[in-house]
Amino acid sequence: MADARIGQKRLVVGAHYGLRDWLSQRITAVVLGCYSVVLVVAALLAPEPGYYGWSGLFAQTWMKVFTLLAFLAFFYHAWVGVRDIWMDYVKPLSVRLALQTFTIVWLLGCAIWAIEVLWRV
Amino acid sequence: MSELPRKSRPQFRNIHVSQILTYRLPITGVMSILHRISGAAMFLSLPVIVWLFDLSLTSELSYATLMDVTDLVIVKLILCGLAWAFIHHFFGGVRHLISDVHIGITKESSPRIATVFMGLSLVVSLLAWLSIFGVL
Repeated sequence: MADARIGQKRLVVGAHYGLRDWLSQRITAVVLGCYSVVLVVAALLAPEPGYYGWSGLFAQTWMKVFTLLAFLAFFYHAWVGVRDIWMDYVKPLSVRLALQTFTIVWLLGCAIWAIEVLWRV
Repeated sequence: MSELPRKSRPQFRNIHVSQILTYRLPITGVMSILHRISGAAMFLSLPVIVWLFDLSLTSELSYATLMDVTDLVIVKLILCGLAWAFIHHFFGGVRHLISDVHIGITKESSPRIATVFMGLSLVVSLLAWLSIFGVL
């Protein structure tokens, strides 16, 4: 670890938020699990098949709110998980930084698109 | 003083990528690596998922496009893959949460739980595949 230090004390590797990420991955997982079950049941119970049943489901406020919460949970959950993958397999700091940047851009881009779709309904 | 004979002792280093297939992975390990693979697959296909979501909700016309697109066998196969990834990740996640509260973490019970969740994942995936291909 000594060579990862700048000066006497400051450590440039290890973000020291392992527990926070671990815990938020669990909490977002529970939100996503509940949402998945509710979505499948609600889709199966839709009053009519096809577009109107499906879009009618997402037109309701409770479903919009729950879906947006699930989106936010999803993107944070995916960030923790994908970051774990890079940290496990990619050692050179520059490549890791590039991949982490790509991950954030990729996730944020998809999140904005998904929210835009949801709010149009 | 006599010199001790140098014995060549076995060394255990990190395994190399080329050795992955020759290592016997227990069922818990299989569940675990598939959890990671399914998660990575969903991450990489995220634009496809959001695009399908977009088509399904934007208008009646785009919904009709979605129905046409999902009639293609190649798209059905991709959907089968994504359905498996999601279902496997769901049950793998439930398994993780169960072990987080210290249930089934002994040497005897953990492979048993992993087997049950692997079975659930495969059965529900099979149902999803049948429904994607219109059998169900």
